[in-house]
Amino acid sequence: MNHDELDATLDSFGDALASATRVTPGNALRPEDIAVDGVAPSDEVAAYALTLGDDSLILAQRLSHWISRGPELEEDIALGNIALDVLGHARSFLTYAGLAMGKTEDDLAYWREEEEFTSLWMVEQPNGHFGVTIVRQLILSIYQHLLYSKLAESADETLAAIAAKAVKEVDYHRDHSIMWTIRLGLGTEESAEKMRHALEILWPYVDEMFLDEEIHRTLPEVAVLPSSLREDWDKEISAVLADAGLEIPATGQAMAHGRRGEHSEHLGYILAEMQVLARKHPGATW
Amino acid sequence: MSQSNWPLWEVFVRSSRGLSHVHAGSLHAPDAEMAVRNARDLYTRRNEGVSLWVVKSSDIISSDPDEKDAFFESPQGKDYRHATYYKASEGVKHL
Amino acid sequence: MAPTTPQEPGLNAVPSYEEEQAQARFDALIDKDSRVEPRDWMPAPYRKTLTRQVSQHAHSEIIGMQPEANWITRAPSLKRKSILMAKVQDEAGHGLYLYSAAETLGTPRDELNEQLLTGRAKYSSIFNYPARSWADMGAIGWLVDGAAIANQVPLCRASYGPYGRAMVRICKEESFHQRQGFEILLSLSRGTEAQKKMAQDAVNRFYEPSLMMFGPPDDQSPNSKQSMAWNIKRFSNDELRQRFVGMIAEQVKVLGLTLPDPELRFDEEKKQWIHKDLNWDEFMAVIKGNGPVNAQRLERRREAHREGAWVREAAAAYAAKQAQSEVA
Repeated sequence: MNHDELDATLDSFGDALASATRVTPGNALRPEDIAVDGVAPSDEVAAYALTLGDDSLILAQRLSHWISRGPELEEDIALGNIALDVLGHARSFLTYAGLAMGKTEDDLAYWREEEEFTSLWMVEQPNGHFGVTIVRQLILSIYQHLLYSKLAESADETLAAIAAKAVKEVDYHRDHSIMWTIRLGLGTEESAEKMRHALEILWPYVDEMFLDEEIHRTLPEVAVLPSSLREDWDKEISAVLADAGLEIPATGQAMAHGRRGEHSEHLGYILAEMQVLARKHPGATW
Repeated sequence: MSQSNWPLWEVFVRSSRGLSHVHAGSLHAPDAEMAVRNARDLYTRRNEGVSLWVVKSSDIISSDPDEKDAFFESPQGKDYRHATYYKASEGVKHL
Repeated sequence: MAPTTPQEPGLNAVPSYEEEQAQARFDALIDKDSRVEPRDWMPAPYRKTLTRQVSQHAHSEIIGMQPEANWITRAPSLKRKSILMAKVQDEAGHGLYLYSAAETLGTPRDELNEQLLTGRAKYSSIFNYPARSWADMGAIGWLVDGAAIANQVPLCRASYGPYGRAMVRICKEESFHQRQGFEILLSLSRGTEAQKKMAQDAVNRFYEPSLMMFGPPDDQSPNSKQSMAWNIKRFSNDELRQRFVGMIAEQVKVLGLTLPDPELRFDEEKKQWIHKDLNWDEFMAVIKGNGPVNAQRLERRREAHREGAWVREAAAAYAAKQAQSEVA
């Protein structure tokens, strides 16, 4: 059966289903469009876009591991959606950054070394149990929501456009992680304990998310200053944790400097897995 | 363990403004808030909807298929409820 | 919506008057090629056959996520990674559509899941072969999804309404699955020597198992006849296999690859494709649980279920507390 035949067969089932399974592509900004129509950014803007792309890429890589392993099938799909959104953000940011360097998203994802990645330590943290992933999502989705809301006002039009789409998606990610934080925080004693533990192991990497680096300061109209997000982030996450019967843990803060290419021990393994096949076949197209 | 099984919810999707919600299928979720989110993830992955309803399956009251005759016999034979019954006016414009 | 009391005729040797009437109504629906809906009376064997078939189909979607999920983190380009993620996620969705249809027959999902986890339920044996290389993502899409689609399109007209509706939704969504697989293979076969070798190797490994996805030959498939009489199945195993092998025999030329079947030819006199003898002993061994990765696939499901228990319990406990506080 060819596809036309298939379509004809399916169309014979009438309107009731046709309307419920209608497929529309939407009109969002896609990485392909950026690659074709985009204006190359300056080196500084590209470096900034790279930091955002790297955060999303590594987070998507982590999240994608959940597909086929979720606590319930419905959750496989939810985490899959989130991972796909985040990977989409990564592709847009990396494609844009690559325009300044004559590189593609894949050149940047597969052919850079560990020390060239500029991602935060938070996104590198292992998935752990479901509660750890949810807390990491809570921390990051609130952060990215604030970040992209501001970035949507950036003087750089492409970054603003990517952020304007991403902020809507991240809003849903935030909602998802808040729902789960509350349910796991207030569910059973076991789940509350697991959430407390998750907060303890992730909290040391919070401060790094708000460190202002040289790259942010050189682009006052374009980049969002991470430190400017802290107050709102603190307020928002404290409120969620309070609703969930949880507290901000009393942990120290790691000396983490992912933006400078200094990473935790996890990133090497993430990249080894992600890059292994591409690197076995230099110059190949897929 | 059986108390940790999530209840079944029926999902209705409005595919675009101006159309009714149509039954799409079901799913499991612990509560209503999660059910509507799961419905979004499961039944609208390809822009299939602009609005969703979820209803606990156990809350749906349906007609008894065994009483089909009693329920649905009456409209049979009442052809005069349909425009096509009126033959004499066929061909008259704007009617 | 589960029927309140699934009826079990056949417990009494002599059917009651009501049962005879109900059977007559059911037969009339099938005769008219109409649809049976969840709350209609249906013969117990029909319900049982469908429950088994639909749940096996659902299990196949869920287990079938694993060979591909295995390559998401290693996908060689970000575009391929996105596509693969969307595809594997679709499979979870398809599993849910089918569980949803199966539940309308009266068996709750946790019970169906239990049957899978304890090894009592079967699923498509092809997923018990390992996905060894990236090219397997292509071969699975082209051959395995291709065979699945050939099987599924006629099921869109299955006499049981919820099953047919689930299949329509699935077929529409799956039309991209086979194409993406085909395009993976096309890129590989047009690529470097190593890539082309990888593609041919994957096709070699998946060809025969994909032909066996249609089930045993018609003369060894005792249940098919009844399923066709009930308008669940519309074509026999061999008819579907014939259509499929005819399609891929042409498509493989576009790929610039070969099928591992030197005997394959169209017999003009008999008007049918002659393919190599399929290894049904191996097929049966895999179904019985002795395929290369049966144990791994099931353990992965069990692990996800086990590791997720505290999450499901917590969410249920939270819902119960909320319900209580609303009453109070």
